[in-house]
Amino acid sequence: MIQVQAVQPERTAESSVVFSVRDLNVFYGEFRAVRDASFDINENEITAFIGPSGCGKTTVLRCLNRMNDFIESARVEGKVQYHGVDLYDPQINSNEVRRRIGMVFQKPNPFPKSIFENVAYGAKLSGRFSKTEINEVVENALRQAALWDEVKDRLKASALGLSGGQQQRLCIARCIAVKPDVILMDEPCSALDPIATARIEDLMQEIKKDFSIIIVTHNMQQAARVSDRTAFFTTEINPESDRRTGVLVEIDSTRKIFSMPSDERTELYVTGRFG
Amino acid sequence: MSTVELSPTDLRNREKSRGSLVLGFGLLVAVTFTLLSLFVLLARIFTQAIPAFRERGTDFITDTIGSEPGISGIWPGLFGSFGIGVGVLLLAVPLGLAAAIYLEEYAKPTRFNRFVIVNIRNLAGVPAVIYGVLGLIIFVGWLRPITNGGSVIAAALTLSVLVLPVIIITGMEAIRSVPTGIREAGYGVGATRWEVTRDHVVPYAMPGILTGTVLALSRALGEAAPLIMIGAITGLLPETSLTGKFTAIPMLIYNWSGRPDSAGGAIGWSNSAAAAGLVLLVLVIAFNLTGVLLRQKFEKKRVGT
Amino acid sequence: MRAVLGGAAMVTVVISALILFVLFRGAIDFFRSIGWDFGILVDDSAAPGWFPRRERFDLLTIVLGSIVMGLLAMIVAVPLGLGTAVYLSEYAPPRVRRIVKPAVEVLAGIPSVIVGYFALKFIAPNIVDPIFSPDQPRNMLVAGMAIGVLVVPIMASICEDALRAVPMSLREASFGVGARKSTTTVRVVLPAAVSGIVAAFIIATSRAIGETMVAAMAGGRDGSGPRVLSPLEPGLTMTAAMTNAAGGTDQVKAGAPFQVLFFVGLLLFVLTMSLNMIADRVVRKYRQKY
Ligand SMILES: Nc1ncnc2c1ncn2[C@@H]1O[C@H](COP(=O)(O)OP(=O)(O)OP(=O)(O)O)[C@@H](O)[C@H]1O
Ligand SMILES: [Mg+2]
Repeated sequence: MIQVQAVQPERTAESSVVFSVRDLNVFYGEFRAVRDASFDINENEITAFIGPSGCGKTTVLRCLNRMNDFIESARVEGKVQYHGVDLYDPQINSNEVRRRIGMVFQKPNPFPKSIFENVAYGAKLSGRFSKTEINEVVENALRQAALWDEVKDRLKASALGLSGGQQQRLCIARCIAVKPDVILMDEPCSALDPIATARIEDLMQEIKKDFSIIIVTHNMQQAARVSDRTAFFTTEINPESDRRTGVLVEIDSTRKIFSMPSDERTELYVTGRFG
Repeated sequence: MSTVELSPTDLRNREKSRGSLVLGFGLLVAVTFTLLSLFVLLARIFTQAIPAFRERGTDFITDTIGSEPGISGIWPGLFGSFGIGVGVLLLAVPLGLAAAIYLEEYAKPTRFNRFVIVNIRNLAGVPAVIYGVLGLIIFVGWLRPITNGGSVIAAALTLSVLVLPVIIITGMEAIRSVPTGIREAGYGVGATRWEVTRDHVVPYAMPGILTGTVLALSRALGEAAPLIMIGAITGLLPETSLTGKFTAIPMLIYNWSGRPDSAGGAIGWSNSAAAAGLVLLVLVIAFNLTGVLLRQKFEKKRVGT
Repeated sequence: MRAVLGGAAMVTVVISALILFVLFRGAIDFFRSIGWDFGILVDDSAAPGWFPRRERFDLLTIVLGSIVMGLLAMIVAVPLGLGTAVYLSEYAPPRVRRIVKPAVEVLAGIPSVIVGYFALKFIAPNIVDPIFSPDQPRNMLVAGMAIGVLVVPIMASICEDALRAVPMSLREASFGVGARKSTTTVRVVLPAAVSGIVAAFIIATSRAIGETMVAAMAGGRDGSGPRVLSPLEPGLTMTAAMTNAAGGTDQVKAGAPFQVLFFVGLLLFVLTMSLNMIADRVVRKYRQKY
């Protein structure tokens, strides 16, 4: 095992940048799903990805923790730097990447195991905790995910018995328990009712001091409510084929995007006149 | 503040864990052995069959069974297997298809009909040798006036019963996969249930039905245990007829495999057995290919309409 | 038309009824022939065995024969079948899958009598003899291994179906917290598919016990049987005992030595049917889960 000396990322003006993405192109087979996306993601901020369906939000998000590795046809071009490290360098261990950059999915996907086992799963894998520490990790994660009070008496019960909203918070807890640096959330509230959604939004504000968060959402109010910065994607007629390719229109502070965006397409979209 | 408690360089490839290496290696070994058993088996049949064909040429196909491997052929076996195949096609396929149509298109989901379906699934799991017992009593015994005892007819009937569940199950799956829109289109122009089934559902389900037919036919041609039970001949059989004593290719393989290879002749019984096995495999593969071709034809038609 | 089609479906019910009738009637005939002396089924002499012609019916001999060969078969089939299934569903690149999957299907289509030939002419002389040098070339190990090869495709295809039924989202959840593929497979996918795998095991066992040709050709067909539980001894399965009883010349197709085949057939039927029903129940359970 090569133990390269720990190099701390530079903490200059750039130090608050978690991801630095340049000229990102993603292909599914021959089809180019995303073209030339370049953007930075800041630390301890919530960044929202918005845009019409099919514009590549999920695709870009999954590039950020190499989740696209599992789609046979997917191919990623361009540079994705995480704290200055190229994530697509052949030297990189993609499991390590995902341990650092966790993901919460659109549909709650708890394992068919107990509530405790669900949360402990990732934490156990990391091998960083002893048996007794795991109990603590699970409790803390569940507390952070605002689920502890609801489940503390039935940690051994199956996670499949929880409601949809509880399941999604459980998935968030499972993600938090690994103590990642970044959490990627792909429409985490799309299957939930407004109350459960509000709880998860509160939760995001709560945990944002510890994590950098990127959230994909179709709910414009949600983006406006929770995010610090917003990226707007859209689709463009593709000269190479008849399918539409996704492009990043602009990324800026959320206030700016929703009040005076620099691109007309963004304005049309956020005011509901397009998309 | 720094939330990155690990440095970025920790993202580098670490040594693969022992566990994942062991699992990967184990899986590869399993797949290799599975494939190897198939290839060694086929290679063995092939290499052992070649001397028999070299020695006997087409006589091996057209000669009757002899007392020595050097003068033996498989004609009576081919005759028997052919009879079984035709019997299954004429009997089990239409019957199975009719049952499948009934259960998918006509039957209401009553308790009894559910029982019928469960029963069919159970029948598919009954060991072949038990169908042989059934054939022995029903087709060799009770129906002796028709079959004249342990004849090709009795064998065809027995194996038809054996493959019936397979045909019904695959037929039902094929029919179930027909989009309801196709039926509604038929009813929309005033067709009766039977007309819709005959003109739209069955043609659309044809590829799946053919797959089931091929599967059933291959199975029927390869079975030996039920034939032993109903008294297929393992010795000489100078005359072939529909109602007389009979044998089939699997019976020849079974019998010849068990005989010792004498030192004398150019080929031994094991060569004859392998050659008979090769003929059986070729027949089965030929059926499968025909099935694939027919299936493609029907699928093309489906796209065309 | 409805009546004709319905009649065809009813034929299957008649078949089941006839199977039960034939087996029960024959079994009763058998017991009548032996004067309802059930003690005859348990041979406690010094050298117990299954010799119907001599009116010796030691049931344990043939049941043990079936169990030993079935067990040997599963020792071969579980690692190969499950391993192949896991490889196909979790690891194989599409290109490899396109080759391996049809190969497994071809193996499934090989008639059992050809596998019996393979057992006699390859497994016995080239694998078992050189390694174990058994007294008899035909023994339970040879037959068991060959039956194993025969049920590998059943094991593989049912397991693969079960693994593929595990939703992709569960794998993603595991990868999403940084788990390796091997960890995900062992800790998430396999546990989620466990009932399907158990069902595959039961169904494959049922097939192995019901397999006739390989056991008859390569198992040794020795009614003095596997009282020494060594797989290198020849043995007699229930299925092979049935073909033995039916295979006699016409004069012997009467009396207890012949009728016993119905009794054994009934036992075999009940055994395999119970296994299949258990498997069915297990499968139904895992269908409901997602
Ligand atoms: N696995 C895949 N294989 C092929 N094409 C894909 C795949 N996943 C996504 N695509 C295509 O890539 C494009 C972008 O898809 P993506 O899922 O990233 O969009 P999205 O912005 O997340 O949409 P939505 O808001 O509906 O979730 C779409 O045209 C989609 O059809
Ligand atoms: Mg999406």
